[in-house]
Amino acid sequence: MTMSTEPARRSWYKRNEIAVTPWLFLIPGILFFAIYVVSPIIQSVWISFHAWDGLSEKEWVGLANYQRLLGGDRKFEISFWNNIKWLVLYLLAIPMGLFIALFLNQTVFGIRVYKSLFFFPFVISQVVVGLVFSWFYLPNSGLFDVITGLVGIDISGGVLGNPNTATYGIIAAGLWPQTAYCMILYLTGLNAVDPEQVEAARLDGAKGHKMLWYVILPQLKPATFIAFVVTIIGALRSFDFIAVMTNGGPFGSTRVLSFYMFEESLSEFGFRMGYGASIAVVLFFIMLGFIAYFLYSMWCDEQEAR
Amino acid sequence: MFPTPIAKTSRKWQITYQALLPVALIIWLLPLLAVALFSIKPEADFASGNFWGLPSSFEGFNNYGRVFFDSDMPRYLLNSVLITVPTMIGAVALSALTGFALGIYRFKGNLLIFFMFIAGNFVPFQILMVPVRDLTVSMGLYDTKTGLILFHIAFQTGFCTLFMRNFIRALPFALVEAARVEGVAEWRIFWYVVMPLMKPALAALSVLIFTFIWNDYFWAIVLTQGPDSQPVTAGITSFNSQFRAAYHLMSAGSIVAALPPVLMFFLMQKHFIAGLTLGAVK
Repeated sequence: MTMSTEPARRSWYKRNEIAVTPWLFLIPGILFFAIYVVSPIIQSVWISFHAWDGLSEKEWVGLANYQRLLGGDRKFEISFWNNIKWLVLYLLAIPMGLFIALFLNQTVFGIRVYKSLFFFPFVISQVVVGLVFSWFYLPNSGLFDVITGLVGIDISGGVLGNPNTATYGIIAAGLWPQTAYCMILYLTGLNAVDPEQVEAARLDGAKGHKMLWYVILPQLKPATFIAFVVTIIGALRSFDFIAVMTNGGPFGSTRVLSFYMFEESLSEFGFRMGYGASIAVVLFFIMLGFIAYFLYSMWCDEQEAR
Repeated sequence: MFPTPIAKTSRKWQITYQALLPVALIIWLLPLLAVALFSIKPEADFASGNFWGLPSSFEGFNNYGRVFFDSDMPRYLLNSVLITVPTMIGAVALSALTGFALGIYRFKGNLLIFFMFIAGNFVPFQILMVPVRDLTVSMGLYDTKTGLILFHIAFQTGFCTLFMRNFIRALPFALVEAARVEGVAEWRIFWYVVMPLMKPALAALSVLIFTFIWNDYFWAIVLTQGPDSQPVTAGITSFNSQFRAAYHLMSAGSIVAALPPVLMFFLMQKHFIAGLTLGAVK
């Protein structure tokens, strides 16, 4: 009996090897991802319809959390507009990165060291960058205050202590590593620019910004796409800088959605998990718009590749 | 090459450029240089308001000595290593498997699963926070390194799969076909044919994941507390409350916390950049 089933079983696997193997390879990865990423998203949406302190029973409240959130929660509005500021200003990292990449795209002695030193800020943890910038911004003794003092500008309470400037101060700190990232993307992109096209364009008399706009930038499109993806995701994910530099203050003026969510769910202000989850869901849907667009572009590339 | 190679430009611009480079670099790294300066200053300098001038005496050994022998910093550093290295291995191993499956085989749902991994990699952390924390608590892994490692592996698998799959796609498929004609089993193709070719991808991913996980702060504060299991990014905040306003020690601590990924970057620069810029060129 065993004699006859053994070879039969083996041959079933052999016959279906190519169909079965990918699934065997996928199982561990999918399992991990399903448990820790996919199912938590669904659970969060579910939790957002409840009032819940994380310990006692969940209480179904329907859309009440969303009504409260979108119906004039001041903190939510501030966070949302700060997210928009982050999104718009963070994109400055892309032209700035391109500018530095163009500056460094030369072959002189020691340029490799310069390139890696310019990239340096990206490797350092955001917590440390945040700390460094908060000392840089210190009122009176901070270098920033000293420099602005020289030209007669005085920001009362220091950059981070003043509700009008604090968010911009944090975004500036965030732009530092992000610019370095975009720079490295463009440096790699510039490396791959077709020299023949550049020469041909030069013969046709293209120079300077015209050359950049009509010849170089189209060839840098893949780099630009990735720079957009990582910058937008980075802007919407901003949390570390805010937690370290201002902890949401002064007067809650630097909150963003990700920070506000954390504050509602897991801080001394109480464990309002349901309300926190509804903030997370809103943030998720904002991001989903971008994610869908990214996936769509990737899908188009895939179709072309076939 | 664009912009015009410096060698082909006027002598004047060549000299200006050479002079401009170090100046630009110093301005760019000014915040870091300031911290490095802070970390070798004596405490008295800060009391007397000498924040940005030259240090009145060199206290580098003293300050860094206190970071290592007078605080929990070494424990935090060790925790970071014990969290980062297993995550690195786990995520790279898992994604080698998924990347192989998605890169080599054509089957229904291939692209769908691939896109699920990419999309998951982009979601905001906050939507995962409460359920992941609950899950970790219910497994009895809250405030343990294991709890943090398991989550990191799962989440990083998204990015790593994207990377691996695209890398494998670019390999010559004829190799796999030739092996199949020879009757080589599929898992042997994975191990003996594809794996050896993936070494650059494995190296690039390892360095990247090392840096990402070392620098993670959000999950460290959500899933752990206290010096028993917190990594150095979270530890630095308690370190700073221990030495409140002692700028010389806080900056020495920050430099120590930031150093390992920096070293990793300089040692493995080629792989690191290859990893980050994946897809930036066709």
